Amino acid sequence: MELVTPAIGLVFWMLVTFSLLLVILKKFAWAPILTSIKEREETIENALSQAQQARDEMSKLQSQNENLLAEARSERDSLLKEAREMKDKIISEAKSAADEEAKKLVARANDEINKQKQAAMQELKKEVASFSVQIAEKLVSAELEKSEKQQSLIDAQLAEFTKN
Amino acid sequence: MRIPSFTALRASQATLANSIFYVLLVVFFTFVSPLQASHIDEELAEDSEMDEKFEPGRMILEHVSDAHDWHLWGHTAIPLPVIIYSPEQGLKIFSSSRLEHGHAAYEGIRLHEGHLIWEDEACTDGLYDLSITKNVMAMLLASVFLMFMMIRTSSTYRKRAGKAPRGFLNLLEPLILFLRDDVAKPSIGKKADRYMPMLLTVFFFIFVNNLFGLIPVFPGGANVTGNIAVTMVLSVIVFLTVTFSSNQYYWKHIFMPDVPVWMYPIIIPIEILGVVLKPFVLMLRLFANITAGHIIILGFFSLIFIFGAMNPTLGYAVSPVSVAFTVFMSLLELLVAFLQAFVFTLLSAIYIGMAVEEHH
Repeated sequence: MELVTPAIGLVFWMLVTFSLLLVILKKFAWAPILTSIKEREETIENALSQAQQARDEMSKLQSQNENLLAEARSERDSLLKEAREMKDKIISEAKSAADEEAKKLVARANDEINKQKQAAMQELKKEVASFSVQIAEKLVSAELEKSEKQQSLIDAQLAEFTKN
Repeated sequence: MRIPSFTALRASQATLANSIFYVLLVVFFTFVSPLQASHIDEELAEDSEMDEKFEPGRMILEHVSDAHDWHLWGHTAIPLPVIIYSPEQGLKIFSSSRLEHGHAAYEGIRLHEGHLIWEDEACTDGLYDLSITKNVMAMLLASVFLMFMMIRTSSTYRKRAGKAPRGFLNLLEPLILFLRDDVAKPSIGKKADRYMPMLLTVFFFIFVNNLFGLIPVFPGGANVTGNIAVTMVLSVIVFLTVTFSSNQYYWKHIFMPDVPVWMYPIIIPIEILGVVLKPFVLMLRLFANITAGHIIILGFFSLIFIFGAMNPTLGYAVSPVSVAFTVFMSLLELLVAFLQAFVFTLLSAIYIGMAVEEHH
């Protein structure tokens, strides 16, 4: 029975000791310890989240870089394409211009040739006519006295000539 | 993972030290026992004229009870201050050595079977014994030790702010974090931080006193946490904390539980009983566990002397078995020392949690 009978003295001292212990430890031990643990935990958490943020930023930057690179590449491609098109266009334009020029030249040469030809023909005709006149003169002068019939034949022939 | 391995290491070192210590202790007692036995016999012969016999029950009870001096060995004991208050004679303070273990009276006070009584009337009426007894002294020593340790720890924290824990902090911090994250927070919830100082103090007070109680010689050896007065005060503090932090839902749960009205006559008395029973069981559990541990260890020791009284050779023959069992029990008690402190704290946290729980 003695074991389960609380002694008044011990109850008293226990109350005093424990209350003092609680107050002192709370003020000088638990409060600082718990705060520093919490602070450290916050520091660690912050550091971790910052690291995560940095990692996110990094991957964002990386993807941005990749985007930039891809953009640059596509721009280059389009530029090259444009340049090629331009080149083709220029070449084709030059080709067509040259063709036209050549055609014009040819046409002009043809004209010239035709003109020359015409002129030559005219000249020739004139020459032939004058030759014929001279021949005819000679013939006429030589043969005019021969007959009236011959004279009319020569006239007819001459008329036919000029028609041509 | 760090905690178990570390404690295991510590425990294994402690085991080794403990077993060596117990072997030495038994050797010591083997030589000293005739002296001690004769001392007890002497007392018994004088007190009650009984047969010259070793009484294990009496020895064990003496060891687990409080005392007015701190017995070291043989006839050597540290006298402790006796403080007595009585309404008629006021406050009296003197050394317990004046009482000579009950052989002498001083200022009308006599020691009888561990209690102070009036010499004339042989009773304790109107006598308030506020002595610094062995348990009070042990408690004070443990509290000073605890304060020293914790305040040093907190200064280490201040010095090493923002750095990783080191040295002794590695032992203490897991315990504190364990109490905060696995005991207080799951049981109490958001308001856990408010109760942390109280729970930490309760835990470390019980834990340190349990461990000190396992040391067989001077700074330890007192059965502080196995004393009903100590556990009573602890559970009363828990009870007051629970009651003063309780909210309306706690009381509604007791006086207007969610059961049909016709069951109220049964449920309400049970609930009211539960309010008182919870701290009562806290008190008994700690007291019974620690006292039982001490009694078993002392019981194994007594075997040596019981058999030794029959035949000295038999006593020597039994001693290795006794020592083996005592070492085993001491290891178990190391576990119990932690476990009971933990259980007391956990249940306190759960009771506080029930009192502050918001309605959902």
